[in-house]
Amino acid sequence: MSRSLKKGPYIEFKLEKKILAMSETGKKSVVKTWARRSIIPPEFVGHTIAVHNGNKFIPVYITENMVGHKLGEFAPTRIFRGHAGNKKR
Amino acid sequence: MARIVGVDIPNNKRGEIGLSYIYGIGKSSAQRILDGAGVDRSTKVEDWTDDQTSAIRNYINDNFKIEGELRSETQMNIKRLMDIGAYRGIRHRIGLPVRGQSTKNNARTRKGRRKTVANKKKATK
Repeated sequence: MSRSLKKGPYIEFKLEKKILAMSETGKKSVVKTWARRSIIPPEFVGHTIAVHNGNKFIPVYITENMVGHKLGEFAPTRIFRGHAGNKKR
Repeated sequence: MARIVGVDIPNNKRGEIGLSYIYGIGKSSAQRILDGAGVDRSTKVEDWTDDQTSAIRNYINDNFKIEGELRSETQMNIKRLMDIGAYRGIRHRIGLPVRGQSTKNNARTRKGRRKTVANKKKATK
């Protein structure tokens, strides 16, 4: 079921605060975050966010197309290395 | 035989069914089109008058995205997901279910025919 419109989109508060502060001062640095569940608002475009995948931080450069998706979608949590005995590839 | 939008030639079926032969139009949108164009839903396609046919044609053109245009839109949506590297896009790329279904068994629609692996160990008790 999708989220109630009354609540508005879920944006991690601390992350938003950090990004907005960075946009104001105009400097850019990578922000580490565990907030995979946070949606990407238009203000994040152009920043790089390091999203935790359970093991390490995956740097994600936010483009315009990514707005409305969640941060976790861009940091896969599983690595598929192929099946045993599957030699080709 | 009436020829609506491009190549589609629905046959001697009732209007609401005949229209559903067009890609992007199912039964309920067919009913909406016929109501909007002022044609009885159960009139057969072959019994449409020229005026009715053009009314239907205009209604579709004004309100619906169909056939090639719709197909390319769908493809564009998938391509967008793949380009931004989202999880759904990755699943499209490797041809596995996109919406979180289990892939331990089944999922054959996405995975295609079974690829039998030689000497695969059977579960032993």
